[in-house]
Amino acid sequence: MTPKRNSGERNSGERTSSGALANLLPHAILILGVLVFAFPIYMTLIGSTWDAATIGRGNLPLTPGGELLTNYNAAWNETQGTRILHTRVRIMMWNSLVMALVIALGKIAISILSAYAVAFFRFPLRMVFFWLIFITLMLPVEVRIIPTYEVVANLGLIDTYAGLTIPLIASATATLLFRQFFLTIPDELVEAAKIDGAGAVRFFVDVVLPLSRTNIAALFVILFIYGWNQYLWPLLVTNSADMETVVIGITKMIGNGEAATDWNVIMATTVLAMLPPVAVVVLMQRWFVKGLVDSEK
Amino acid sequence: MQRRVIFDNKALPYLLLTPQVAVTLIFFIWPAAQAIWQSVHLQDAFGLRAQFVWFENFEAVLTDPNYLDTLWITVIFCAAVTLLSLGAALLLAVLADSKIKGAGAYKTLLIWPYALAPAVAAVLWMFIFNPEIGVLGRALNNLGYAWDYRLNDTQALTMVVLAASWKQVSYNFIFFLAGLQAIPRSVLEAASIDGASASRRFWTIIFPLLSPTTFFLLVVNIVYAFFETFGTIHALTHGGPGKATETLIFRVYQDGVVNHDLGASSAQSVILMVIVIGLTAIQFRFVERKVHYS
Repeated sequence: MTPKRNSGERNSGERTSSGALANLLPHAILILGVLVFAFPIYMTLIGSTWDAATIGRGNLPLTPGGELLTNYNAAWNETQGTRILHTRVRIMMWNSLVMALVIALGKIAISILSAYAVAFFRFPLRMVFFWLIFITLMLPVEVRIIPTYEVVANLGLIDTYAGLTIPLIASATATLLFRQFFLTIPDELVEAAKIDGAGAVRFFVDVVLPLSRTNIAALFVILFIYGWNQYLWPLLVTNSADMETVVIGITKMIGNGEAATDWNVIMATTVLAMLPPVAVVVLMQRWFVKGLVDSEK
Repeated sequence: MQRRVIFDNKALPYLLLTPQVAVTLIFFIWPAAQAIWQSVHLQDAFGLRAQFVWFENFEAVLTDPNYLDTLWITVIFCAAVTLLSLGAALLLAVLADSKIKGAGAYKTLLIWPYALAPAVAAVLWMFIFNPEIGVLGRALNNLGYAWDYRLNDTQALTMVVLAASWKQVSYNFIFFLAGLQAIPRSVLEAASIDGASASRRFWTIIFPLLSPTTFFLLVVNIVYAFFETFGTIHALTHGGPGKATETLIFRVYQDGVVNHDLGASSAQSVILMVIVIGLTAIQFRFVERKVHYS
């Protein structure tokens, strides 16, 4: 394929407005972009279908091998490869799933409640609470790493799902997003509900929740991925192998990255670890883009 | 801003706020206050006694040549990741936004890497560029280029920059695409009729109109490079070889969690806090302005 070489001549190519080059060049660059993203994934898939010895010798072919079932079975069900010990991937996947779901649903639940309070009520200290929630934006785990760990340890939450998830479920972004949306709900709707005798709780359940469906779905996609991909926090608060999440599990399996390790099992685990978040993005693409763009407004 | 029509329950709003505020106080505000307290105290090895030492911890951190090296590496790393991922995303977004066949398919194929964890992106890159087993790592060595990111400082930094940027392109792509779609077609068509070339249209119309998006992404990408790449670095190089790929976040983890140096770690935490507050302030000033003008 020669068009690749033309990527440096983008401007001159675009100026020939009617030439075949002008039509081909954008495609060439986009295809190159797609390939740069797909190639690492492709090699990982290939790696998960060969045996450890082939990979370890540095002879990994560019086409699939015949060890697919063996490798995935070894990763999913077994704890011992030829050179490494690891947690069963099915346990790690379960931990990651619990973490991602609790974080996503927890963030949505507590954020929608607090946004409802801030948007639909007037009460003393309202703005204090609002700023208190807002401030969490400026305090990522990384800037309070040791003291947060100490709090979780003192509460006895090390190696528990609660410790893994609850410290992460405060969300200024989601609260701001819901509040923004609630401010667009017409006053007439609230008045009509009040005249019909509906209280705040009734209005929330019957009107606000159904209206928020799209926002909730969009946020869920973003937050599920956020939860699944957590790294520093699970690294800190989980010690036991049974509580390991799959992203942490992979890097533990790799260790120092020796050539002679069970790369086949590691690659199978990597494919499995990518599957749920990638599936969520691809299957829920429209909501995903909406969630991403909205939550950053 | 506040709604005109509201409910007037007395206790309910507090009840609704309780879960969020409880989590915020226990896991955010209290630990942050602790970090600030620890940063101006010196504790003995058992944490039994603490002495107020003013800014001694900060002085120790900021005069440590190692910390300054780490700061420099972080600056290079952030700048490289930001420029690379913004540049690549802008090019791809401009092309995918033009009226070419299969634009929808390109979009789908370019946005999914957003779903990958930074650490997983690092593993994918490691598997390809490992000098012993990676397809491209071996190819480089076979071509006579001595490639081993595990031993060479510059190569290690290049690897983490590439792996971190690679993962971020799709995020920027989505925002650039949204920004491009908001540019009125009529303006571009008018320029086109007036005979402006594609590159001229880009630099005189598209790029300036895209500047709010670009500026927003600039801040977001710096924050990403700063904080979210811990997984990339931890999985790929562990900050090595030596300290060649150690960023400020990696360092605060090393000093606090691995070396248990409370004073140094909390002083670093407070320094990072100041940096985040600065970045967030810049971001929100800008957002306010955008809302104002539109």
